[in-house]
Amino acid sequence: MTSTMQSPTSSPTPSPEIAQSLRGRSLPTWAPKAFGAAAVALALVGVFGPVGFWLVFVAWLVAAVIPLWSMIVEGRRKATDRFVTLLVTTAFVIALFPLGSILTTVVSRGAPVLGSEFFTYSMRNIVGEGGGIYHALMGTLLITAAAAAISVPIGLFTAIYLIEYGEGKRLARWIRFLVDVMTGIPSIVAGLFAYALFVIFFGPGVRMGIGGAVALSVLMIPVVVRSCEEMLKLVPNELREASYALGVPKWRTIVKVVLPTALAGIVTGVTLAVARVIGETAPLLIIAGLTDSVNFNLFDGRMATLPVFTYFSIITPGVPPGPSIERAWGAALVLLIIVMLLNLAARLVSYFFSPKGER
Amino acid sequence: MNRKSMRKAAALGAGAALVFGLSACGAENEAGDGGESSSDLSGTLNGAGASSQQAAVSAWQQGFQTANSDVTVNYDPIGSGGGREQFLEGGTSFAGSDAYLDDDELTQAKERCNDSDVVSIPVYVSPIAVIYNLPGVEDLQLSPQTIGAIFEGTITTWNDPAIAEDNPDAELPDSPITPVHRSDDSGTTENFTEYLEATSEGSWTAGAVETWPIQGGEAANGTSGVVAAVESGEGTIGYADASQAGDLGKVAVKVGEEYVAPTEEAAARVLDTAEQVEGRAETDIALHIDRTTTESGVYPIVLASYQIACQTYEDSAEAELVKAWLTYVVSEDGQQAAAESAGSAPLSDDFREKVQAAIDTIS
Amino acid sequence: MTSIQSTARKRSTPTRPGDRIFRGTSVAAALTILATLAGVALFLTVEGIPGVLASPDEVKHGTTFIDYVVPLVFGTLLAAVLALAMAIPVAIGVALYISHYAPRRLAATLGYVIDLLAAVPSVVYGVWGISFLATALVPVYGWLERTLGFIPLFAGPASATGRTILTASIVLAVMVLPVITALCREIFLQTPRLHEEAALALGATRWEMAKLAIFPYARSGIISASMLGLGRALGETMAVAMVLSASGVITVNLISSTNPSTIAANIALTFNEATGLTVNALIASGLVLFLLTFLVNFAARAIVERRKDFSGAN
Repeated sequence: MTSTMQSPTSSPTPSPEIAQSLRGRSLPTWAPKAFGAAAVALALVGVFGPVGFWLVFVAWLVAAVIPLWSMIVEGRRKATDRFVTLLVTTAFVIALFPLGSILTTVVSRGAPVLGSEFFTYSMRNIVGEGGGIYHALMGTLLITAAAAAISVPIGLFTAIYLIEYGEGKRLARWIRFLVDVMTGIPSIVAGLFAYALFVIFFGPGVRMGIGGAVALSVLMIPVVVRSCEEMLKLVPNELREASYALGVPKWRTIVKVVLPTALAGIVTGVTLAVARVIGETAPLLIIAGLTDSVNFNLFDGRMATLPVFTYFSIITPGVPPGPSIERAWGAALVLLIIVMLLNLAARLVSYFFSPKGER
Repeated sequence: MNRKSMRKAAALGAGAALVFGLSACGAENEAGDGGESSSDLSGTLNGAGASSQQAAVSAWQQGFQTANSDVTVNYDPIGSGGGREQFLEGGTSFAGSDAYLDDDELTQAKERCNDSDVVSIPVYVSPIAVIYNLPGVEDLQLSPQTIGAIFEGTITTWNDPAIAEDNPDAELPDSPITPVHRSDDSGTTENFTEYLEATSEGSWTAGAVETWPIQGGEAANGTSGVVAAVESGEGTIGYADASQAGDLGKVAVKVGEEYVAPTEEAAARVLDTAEQVEGRAETDIALHIDRTTTESGVYPIVLASYQIACQTYEDSAEAELVKAWLTYVVSEDGQQAAAESAGSAPLSDDFREKVQAAIDTIS
Repeated sequence: MTSIQSTARKRSTPTRPGDRIFRGTSVAAALTILATLAGVALFLTVEGIPGVLASPDEVKHGTTFIDYVVPLVFGTLLAAVLALAMAIPVAIGVALYISHYAPRRLAATLGYVIDLLAAVPSVVYGVWGISFLATALVPVYGWLERTLGFIPLFAGPASATGRTILTASIVLAVMVLPVITALCREIFLQTPRLHEEAALALGATRWEMAKLAIFPYARSGIISASMLGLGRALGETMAVAMVLSASGVITVNLISSTNPSTIAANIALTFNEATGLTVNALIASGLVLFLLTFLVNFAARAIVERRKDFSGAN
């Protein structure tokens, strides 16, 4: 993007004065950089240094000099542009504070626990120190994978229906609307629903990993549909029409043209959806339960999961609470790492399979 | 197959291999299991209920599963209400509950247990400490009337004459009191308010309830939430399991003429003063804790949590498991394990005998 | 169903089997969603109605359902609106920064970090909210009470622990921020290059380009993203339950320790120890939340419908 922004330096340079008059007066190029750097430095001192948090505001004021200066030198339009640049950057920095704070908390408190025992032990027969999350890790991987296997096809095909087939149809309008409503189902209600559903088939007291997957799917499907729909919507109609014009059947157009074009976005959407549900606690407790031992069978018995494990390690830590709370942070960090790997995989997928374009 | 789909297939294969590769082996610490068992019990025992017992249950699981390595015990800490409901529906073999079954539930239980009585025994007795965070003041002592007034909101500053009277030697600051209560429904709140109702002589007016009855004031989720809230504010006071109080000050409560701190021994003694609720089956040991006791060295704010099972089960293996489990739970070893890892008060020998008699009727 | 001939193909070729299978699968998927939702709605209604009809002495909260649920609805909306008011501008800013302002290499990393945060379990947000954010905000609330105390929002008395509805909203804002940002970023990146370059070629500054080319194109997407964020803010359970000092009152005072509770948090806090009709009442409150989302989305849809002209697939 930045390359488009710089004015091209053409080879037969006119005399500096003419160039100046053509472009209008502008701030020296070093100015934004210098003030930006000063502001960042001040802000860093404010956050980490001994002076105090108010320095961050001073930093912002320093950065705010640029639009004011620009107002005087360059006029209103340029000044607005610079001001917006400042606002956008500020938004970004504001977002970084809580996010950075959470990340550092999780990493610094979780990292010391990670070790081979933490990954290879379950909590069976462990009281106090030691033990690990192997059982919960497996449970989370299996249940989330099952949830994704249920919701991604349903969600993606629904999005395809909405965009490619349902245009203007009443069913499509309804589905779109109902999907929105589904985003508001509280997670605990999803859990209760899954439990009620499974009780019909398996009797009371049922606990199954797959039930957890169903509950998570209820939460996940709307996110998948919503994001896939947006992404498919952004595929230019010209591409579809070009494909039809070549006599390609509609379904092959969707598979070979529309989906690959939207792939990066779809993958992001699905990753987000997975990320959204992988940390859910309440529904999994109700239907997947809690156990100390490893269980690989989604269709039989309780399965521990990382969020449930984390929650109860914090809520009922035992005496002394130290080791249990450490394990909770470790489990939270592992959850983060899983999502990080997932994200990485998603990036690779979209890198290899997206049509090579300008981006 | 073109290059693209080959790559796709390879990626899928790698993913699948990763999942199955990992899932092929069990956990390290479970590898030794199932070799030679020291007992002939085997199977899975499922329970659900109060989260207050969770820490103790994990200690019991450890002890029980070590002694019977072919057994897996699961406990879902979904709360007392949910635990009782699932037990009554027949979904679990036993329930953990902060309250004994009421009459309605007893009728349902009769049905669930094939017309036999329920076996309901207190297994976990834990002192509830009144915790506070007031720098410079250690060993705070309070009478029940004052505690009631503080939580009712009628005493609002730390240097109130009522507090000063209980603490003649302390230098009390002129700062506001922030009472912290549980925002979730809990047995802890119920036991605490029951104590206040019985002993505060009218300074606490809201009765004994599971849900905090007064709107307003600081509320926090769970024992750990209350502890965190009390820790993070200054001039705060709250109530929580004594074992989780950490470095916070614990109020010594006035019983009779002396002030008693929340220790395990003082809490255990409360069971000896407790009366059994009458008109229930012999195996259904429901305790009425005497909050107004004036006996020396007894700490009356305790939470007694029960485990509830059936006298008969359709499946005799299930009955065997439940029986062995409960026997272990109330045994000296079991109670000691819970005391160490959950800070509960061990049952006394006399009481254990009584409880064991009830357990022995399971078949 | 057979009358639904594709609008895109007006040629007279016979329908190919591949097409029919593909379309059938799509419709089936859409209908599955319909069935799931009908299932959830049915479950909520059937289980919820007895709770709505229960008389005050049959349930633990001891009031009629309306009295019980109104403060909760108020709290839910208050928390969600505050959270979105904070999160949406920041999220759009961040997305714009990542998609159009930051250096490419940096942008990829930053996008990555933000995506990651969508996955932090809500328990962790809750613990972070109690142990870090609430404590850090106590002096801020004290200051607000002293200087802005004449505004009812900041009337105080300021909470001693900082666990107020404002804190809960900030935590919610932080939680929905990654969701909204990630979607907005993808949408901004999809803006046709030609539109952008045309705007720049006409002499537009970068901001004018964003106004002319990016925002009109992305508006429906931004609203979608915000709705997803709203869904999460409305339905978030654990983090609010842990952070908020909830009392079930109606007050606009944002900084005192007496705060309205939210529906989802209230379910989480009360459900464990609830029995009988109280459970039904809780499920009914879930139904209310469901209807609330219904209304909000209805409104949002209406807005989007009117601005369809810029969509790529029109």
